[in-house]
Amino acid sequence: MGLFDRFKETLSKTRQTFTSRLGAALRRRKIDEDVYEELEDALLSADVGLETTTRLLEAVQKEARRQRLETADQLTPLLREAVVSELGEDACAFALDDGLTVILVVGVNGAGKTTTIGKLAHRFRGQGKKVLVAAGDTFRAAAIEQLQVWADRAGVDVVRQSQGSDPAAVIYDALQAAKARGVQVLLCDTAGRLQNKAHLMAELEKLKRVIAREVPGAPHEVLLVLDATTGQNALSQAQLFRDSAEVTGIALTKLDSTAKGGFVIAIRHELGIPVKWVATGETIEDLQPFSAQEYAQALFADV
Amino acid sequence: MFDRLSTRLQDAFAKLRSKGRLSEDDVKEALREIRRALLDADVHHTVAKELTERIREQAVGQEILQSLTAAQQVVKIVNDELVAVMGGEQAKLGRSAKPPTVILMAGTQGAGKTTASAKLARYLTETEHRRVLLVAADVYRPAAIQQLEILGAQIGVSVFSQGTDVAPPEIVGHALDEARRGGYDTVIVDTAGRLHVDEALMVELEQIQAVSTPEEILLVVDAMTGQDAVNVAESFHKRFPLTGVILTKMDSDTRGGAALTVRHITGCPVKFIGTGEKMDALEPFYPDRLASRILGMGDVLTLIERAQATIDEDEARNLEAKLRRNEFTLEDFLTQLRQVKKLGPLDQILGMLPGMGKLKQLQGDAVDDRQLKKVEAIILSMTRQERLQPELVMKSSSRRVRIASGSGTQVRDVNQLLKQFDDMRKLFKQFSGMGKGSRKAMSGLANSLRSGGGGAAFPSAGGRNKRRR
Repeated sequence: MGLFDRFKETLSKTRQTFTSRLGAALRRRKIDEDVYEELEDALLSADVGLETTTRLLEAVQKEARRQRLETADQLTPLLREAVVSELGEDACAFALDDGLTVILVVGVNGAGKTTTIGKLAHRFRGQGKKVLVAAGDTFRAAAIEQLQVWADRAGVDVVRQSQGSDPAAVIYDALQAAKARGVQVLLCDTAGRLQNKAHLMAELEKLKRVIAREVPGAPHEVLLVLDATTGQNALSQAQLFRDSAEVTGIALTKLDSTAKGGFVIAIRHELGIPVKWVATGETIEDLQPFSAQEYAQALFADV
Repeated sequence: MFDRLSTRLQDAFAKLRSKGRLSEDDVKEALREIRRALLDADVHHTVAKELTERIREQAVGQEILQSLTAAQQVVKIVNDELVAVMGGEQAKLGRSAKPPTVILMAGTQGAGKTTASAKLARYLTETEHRRVLLVAADVYRPAAIQQLEILGAQIGVSVFSQGTDVAPPEIVGHALDEARRGGYDTVIVDTAGRLHVDEALMVELEQIQAVSTPEEILLVVDAMTGQDAVNVAESFHKRFPLTGVILTKMDSDTRGGAALTVRHITGCPVKFIGTGEKMDALEPFYPDRLASRILGMGDVLTLIERAQATIDEDEARNLEAKLRRNEFTLEDFLTQLRQVKKLGPLDQILGMLPGMGKLKQLQGDAVDDRQLKKVEAIILSMTRQERLQPELVMKSSSRRVRIASGSGTQVRDVNQLLKQFDDMRKLFKQFSGMGKGSRKAMSGLANSLRSGGGGAAFPSAGGRNKRRR
């Protein structure tokens, strides 16, 4: 099931959604202030944020005037285009070469890191890759067990130590194991950390250093997991995780809720970090490469 | 981009303050800033609209346009509105007439239910001396049961679990039997995270509710939640008689507007906030204090209360006095530092102090506890006389070099400490002036901090007069 279908399905579950309200706004005949106000409300509801919403609508308004558009429904394609152009080129699936690709997965508590790793492992395994997972969340109770369950489901091995051990040591072990066993993809889990905790962010920098020392050029990807139900704090998460861990991409989780994660537009625009994956459910299959076209389409699906 | 709601509001108020008298446009400008601030803080856009409208109505109704203290009045109106939305009083947890009291924890995935359940169990055990039984009813998320068991063992609270093969409503039924047999007076049920659009799981929660007739149904909400908080709150509220909210991850740098939204939608008070990963990081929630914190008043009250819990009352009073005292030496500073260390992570404490929000930003967010150790080392490398008269160090570069090498730091670290100390002393000086209602001190404070600690110039927005005993 594609992202588009997932979205449609979710939309049908709730009445008061972004797109249905947008639809109501756009079905109006004439373009006037009210139309733009409703568009603004709709974008705000999707957590696009005031600044980005204002920028998008100004662009649409300008273009609408230039093209002398008169009816509100003509605004939809403009808005969709504006979103797509802000999101930039799709940077989706990871580039995996023949050697070892190390992927470090980071994020705040409860964003869905462990689950995303399970899904990624499953996906790469399905592509015939040899996958290994490092249980780097040694802090949270039962995090290692949780990862083990997902790894079992995906049919991949886990390198683990006990709770409370040094995450750098776990990842070091995993790197050695990966090299020895000819692993192609090593997925490193990390403990959830709030981005404003300086010491925890410093720990991430250390993990990165350990990885880079053992495998030159690694980590090849630093994936930031963002919960789609988050609000504008996602911007702070993206910025501070980028500053410490040089994030290369985002996995947007929980898109099967009513939330749309509209903050990704601002993150792309202001920080240049692309969304690479979207998660739309709790089964191991529910992870897709991100497509800006599909995302924008899904946002405006009802129109 | 990331400045806090309070900073935003303060900027708007700073504009008001600078004029003395208000024009219509000033109010409009302030309201626009307030709306922007609320939206940036993830308050739902309809709630933000309603709030600004109410604030506008009241502002006009009170004819503040003619008033010389217009800014103060607007601050008060905004504060009162925020307090009104959040509810005025700290809400306590109820107890059933017939034990055991059942507390049902509900919420979406990743909100922090399991952690919050364990923290709440610890809180009720420690502060209310209840006998708590934790129930592991999340049979879906991998290792959720183990997580609760580990946490239970950590805090010394019994955990009831029957693995993942028994249906959650049944588990809860069995847990209640166990509670009655074992003499537990409170049962906390940790349920699976569920999306409000997941019909099957919502029905399951209804079954659990039917089995257990809970005294409290607490919705656990991530403080970083965005506009979707409205959907979550609405759908849970529609199906369950929610009695309260636990707001988690409040130690993040989120502005926490979801709290306003959830409260507005459900009418349920936020009863607790989660403020860290440790098991004791759960605090009762004081709505009036949060409102004043949003306004940049800081939260001296919470600080004092925490100080009382950690230190003793005499020391706490001492702390407050010192915070407000004109004369403040590095010796005092050192004592403070050591007490502050006992209070908890420094960034949290600074966030509670009026004006410190801004100050912290100035220092580039580099406030962590290691910094504290460094500062301690520097002060310890000073002579007693130097500590009492920091001017001696400020004037002499050879003293600074000596102190730097003695403490294993750089001269610039010493300089930085002296500068910070000096800033702090100025700040406290203005506090004490303010307490006497001195206009001069107020404007001085506003000037020196620009908008930073400006809100603190209005004791009416929550201060010592509201202090609880």
